[in-house]
Amino acid sequence: MEITVAEALIRCLEQENVEIIFGYPGGAILPVYDALNKTVIKHVLVRHEQGAAHMADGYARVTGKVGVCLATSGPGATNLVTGIANAYMDSVPMVVITGQVSTSMVGTDAFQEVDITGITIPITKHNYLVKEPEQLPAIVKKAFLLASSGRPGPVLIDLPKDVAQAKIDFKYPKKVGLPGYKPTVKGHTAMVQQAARIMCRSQRPVIYAGGGVRIAGAAPELLQLAETICAPVTHTLMGLGSFPGDHHLFLGMLGLHGTRYANQAVTECDCLIAVGARFDDRVVTKISGFAPTAKIIHIDIDPAEIGKNVITQLPIVGDVKNVLRAILPHLQKKENTAWMERIRRLKEGMPLRYKQDGALKPQFVIEKLNEYKEDSAIVVTDVGQHQMWAAQYMRFNEPRSFISSGGLGAMGFCLPAAIGAQLGAPDRQVIMVVGDGGIQMTMQELGTAAEQRLPLKIFILNNNRLGMVRQLQEFYCESRYIAVDFNFNPDFAELGRIYGMEGHTVETPEQLLAILPQVLSSASPVIVNCIIDREEDVLPMVLDGSNIDEAIG
Amino acid sequence: MKHILSVLVENNPGVLTRIAGLFSRRGFNIDSLAVGMTENSSVSRMTIVVEGDERYLEQLNKQLHKLVDVIKISDITRDAYVDRELVLIKVSADAARRAEIMQLVDIFRARIVDVSPKTLTIEITGNDGKIIAFEDSLRPFGIKELVRTGKIAMLRGKKASTKNHTNKEEEES
Ligand SMILES: Cc1ncc(C[n+]2csc(CCOP(=O)(O)OP(=O)(O)O)c2C)c(N)n1
Repeated sequence: MEITVAEALIRCLEQENVEIIFGYPGGAILPVYDALNKTVIKHVLVRHEQGAAHMADGYARVTGKVGVCLATSGPGATNLVTGIANAYMDSVPMVVITGQVSTSMVGTDAFQEVDITGITIPITKHNYLVKEPEQLPAIVKKAFLLASSGRPGPVLIDLPKDVAQAKIDFKYPKKVGLPGYKPTVKGHTAMVQQAARIMCRSQRPVIYAGGGVRIAGAAPELLQLAETICAPVTHTLMGLGSFPGDHHLFLGMLGLHGTRYANQAVTECDCLIAVGARFDDRVVTKISGFAPTAKIIHIDIDPAEIGKNVITQLPIVGDVKNVLRAILPHLQKKENTAWMERIRRLKEGMPLRYKQDGALKPQFVIEKLNEYKEDSAIVVTDVGQHQMWAAQYMRFNEPRSFISSGGLGAMGFCLPAAIGAQLGAPDRQVIMVVGDGGIQMTMQELGTAAEQRLPLKIFILNNNRLGMVRQLQEFYCESRYIAVDFNFNPDFAELGRIYGMEGHTVETPEQLLAILPQVLSSASPVIVNCIIDREEDVLPMVLDGSNIDEAIG
Repeated sequence: MKHILSVLVENNPGVLTRIAGLFSRRGFNIDSLAVGMTENSSVSRMTIVVEGDERYLEQLNKQLHKLVDVIKISDITRDAYVDRELVLIKVSADAARRAEIMQLVDIFRARIVDVSPKTLTIEITGNDGKIIAFEDSLRPFGIKELVRTGKIAMLRGKKASTKNHTNKEEEES
């Protein structure tokens, strides 16, 4: 039967089991919206396309499925760019569909024409401009395959209006050819055996777990590995949640704002097992002094990450879950008694700490949130100091329960990502930890949240300033503060009420504790405006040019 | 060290942009790049000459592999290969010096492809060494313009790098 390409697109999405699309309409995408009339797929109308991309991203991170977002040509497409880049940097599976001007107009600077495939080459895993109507089904199939396999990432499909309106004989292909795409899933046998030998021989092993563990669904294997060889586990921002936070082998985050004991353990270890991590500059603050006494085993699905930042003795390219499963049978249980004792002393001797002086401390807010949140709660953060405090003080026992913009560090991520997360996991509690700066970057999406009746728990750590930049200016510009204070902020509690949510403002620990149990057990959405100590720094902190074991604070 | 990469790519629109973009974005320098269709019209071959050490080349290789349109990369630098480049040179040639230039053309087995009262345009093909030597010998006469195609290369013998591309194998392992 002949149908339009736009209708075919929707059929393709149905075939891919897409349940939800985040989008915003416009002229060039009109045919696709028209076709959305005839589907069971839910469409969430956002307030800004950046929101659509972050929602698809948050949805994908929580569900493990491909997130889908939709926008029109020109400004619609360019508004997606930050969200696409964010998904790219954190390897989030996403399919982005944009309308384009008709093929005869492409290249003429037509109304609302931008070369979005050109713009997004560096921030997509791949992208397509659909030139021929017949190509569409295969392109969609390829897009989903690429987005979700290997190292996941966003794939963009740019669909000209006339192509969308053309008719084709629709058939969704079962298989598509991608001759240049063959991710390595299985680790090389000899390398796997050698890695196992090194692990067995090691007396001071540390596991450094990144976002790849969550993506591969390898948390159980990671736990088994850690317990078998008695290796403490430190994690990146992306790796948080992949190892139980209440486990005695848990070291917390490493790197720039990592725990002192995690950084010290990495510096002293004789074997560092990097699992689904990429040695980025927030972790490896200085290459020369990083894990100086360790043999480094690096397991990752992306061969280009091997040897990119740090030279590793034993690289294994493959799916993390697959590789860990291959390694485990070669290992024997061991105790590393002396190392365990050393780790215990490190943890005792250099705990995370902050001063309590009557003011409402951000760390205290996070600790209490951690205490009162539901076990399966999903915590979504924005970018800044509050993000680091959340990463330091929150504990998770389930993967996919901490969501944060890591690679791009995009302020404005939190609210839309939380909306996507809540729609992906309607039965789980979703808690936002966001700064007063970041919330104002995308707060128009409060409208989307209200419309979708989402019971979001929004905690604004309000210091009336761009706290993280203030901290940078304190350390790197001799406290010459500029452009970091907000002399006007709205009343965020009132803002919540305007959008039909509960609104509270708390300024002391007592006030927070007075409302927290009720707020977190009620079914209604809420904004809690937490007026926190404005001078608080995120500590420990590794200054530029220092090794991770030389943190201050 | 200079490396010659023979890269097979799907002949899709934008593939050159993807490759050129990757080089500039990741700070890799291209010495030369030549591209054209292969015997299979859906596949193009790029011959890319780059300079760098092992680690640099390894990263470049891996990043290129990540491009979905890239089917196969062979670094043929250490294999036996033939390489050629075609260069057009327009050189000043008044009547007095014309004979001298034509003698050089003969020695280097180049060809004169255009003549004007004041200039000669010469075509030469060959490998780097020959072309550089020829260019050096013409320089004293005054080179007015020079155009190079960029190097193309092919493995010697019966081995072909287009056929049965086993693709992106586990190179690390
Ligand atoms: C889109 C964007 N612009 C600028 C920055 C730089 N930046 C990083 S943290 C930060 C301050 C964030 O302030 P706020 O949201 O109030 O959180 P806080 O650090 O105070 O917890 C800024 C401006 C960024 N990460 N993202």
